[in-house]
Amino acid sequence: MQHSVGYTILFAGLICVVCAVLVSSSAVSLSEMQQANAALDKRKNVLLSAGLAQASDKLDAARVQELFRVVKPVVIDLQSGEAVPGIDPATFDQRKARNDPDASREAPPNNSSISRVPNHAVVYQVLNESGEMQMVVLPVEGYGLWSTLYGFLSLDADTRTVRGLTYYQHGETPGLGGEVDNPRWKARWPGRIAFDSAGQTVIEVIKGQAGPPEEDPHRVDGLAGATITSRGVTNMLRFWLGENGFGPYLKRLRNSRESS
Amino acid sequence: MAGPGRKALLDPLFENNPIALQVLGICSALAVTTKMETSVVMCGAVIFVLTFSNFFVSLLRNNIPSSIRIIVQLTIISSLVIIADQFLKAYLYDISKQLSVFVGLIITNCIIMGRAEAFAMQNRPSLSIMDGLGNGFGYSLILLATGFFRELLGSGKLFGHTVFPLATEGGWYSPNGLMTLSAGAFFIIGGFIWALRVWKHDQVEEEG
Repeated sequence: MQHSVGYTILFAGLICVVCAVLVSSSAVSLSEMQQANAALDKRKNVLLSAGLAQASDKLDAARVQELFRVVKPVVIDLQSGEAVPGIDPATFDQRKARNDPDASREAPPNNSSISRVPNHAVVYQVLNESGEMQMVVLPVEGYGLWSTLYGFLSLDADTRTVRGLTYYQHGETPGLGGEVDNPRWKARWPGRIAFDSAGQTVIEVIKGQAGPPEEDPHRVDGLAGATITSRGVTNMLRFWLGENGFGPYLKRLRNSRESS
Repeated sequence: MAGPGRKALLDPLFENNPIALQVLGICSALAVTTKMETSVVMCGAVIFVLTFSNFFVSLLRNNIPSSIRIIVQLTIISSLVIIADQFLKAYLYDISKQLSVFVGLIITNCIIMGRAEAFAMQNRPSLSIMDGLGNGFGYSLILLATGFFRELLGSGKLFGHTVFPLATEGGWYSPNGLMTLSAGAFFIIGGFIWALRVWKHDQVEEEG
């Protein structure tokens, strides 16, 4: 059937308007739930990394809320290591900040394919009953084989001892690099020491098996068949624990701990 | 049920399966079938989009100017896909995270535009709904069967519950790594196509 040009334009316009209304109303009406889901997911991962919850636990919103009471999110300035009280950690989006030229800087050359570093980052302090910091959970990200891995590294209050490493988003090969999610591999992390006595980041995922933490404190078993993902984990931890990552913040924590 | 409605609903299961005979929609069939859970949600999303896109396209078929019909179909399909994606993000967040871009890629799934163009543009809405459902089920049949074998052989589980205890976790089963890779799905889908063509000889393509 032939239609006039005017009819065609009118029809196209109408279709666009109707579809746009449907799409935007569904997006607007559901956005609150989606944001709540994303926030809940992030909190869950902080709890998992800090060992405050297990992956097998049933973690609904109320339970996460309850467990999260001991966690204090803090926005820090990465270069100075100081807390920035003016930014709300609940709404601060680190990934957005990283891509915003005004809120980030170019990363120095690194092995983790990190091109930009945000000026600010959210860290999560886990407090005990008297309000002292027991653990600090740091967000880490970096390239593996196929994808950027996003995760959390938990350090003890001494800022040297690893308490856990959890990735919440990656696209590595299931069964090989994807084994970063394997609870048995994750169990190899607690107790390892990330820094040597001179303060250098020496934590490393090696090929093959490492000894128990007491004998082999700086090395962790590699993932079989996933050399590049394993190397990626090493690189990103070294980057984020170093000078351009959380180094200044950790130094500050150490100093305040020694002076108190 | 009337003859043509029944035919539109049931033919795509075995007689004219979109994946096995027409070999459409392979991309998502490879990508999301490592687990049953993601396969099921993906099937649900595709059935939703396919049924409604067929319905709306058929409803408008006499009014769509033929010069812009493809883009009108695509607009309808992409709107439905975005809505489905928004719902998954709101109600099934964890699974939607695993499906990531593949829900969005339903827009480019050839089955959906293929049915809109080949069927819904020529048939009345009630019949088009049947055709959408039928093709959605045909797609799902292959996806679920593939997901079943891939999850069972690749990770020893079904819907995340351990069926074969893995050797790495103290059991006896050494998982087949090929099944967790996309290539594994090729073997399984190829196997289905073979089996189907042994059963139904008329689907075998003429040689030469």
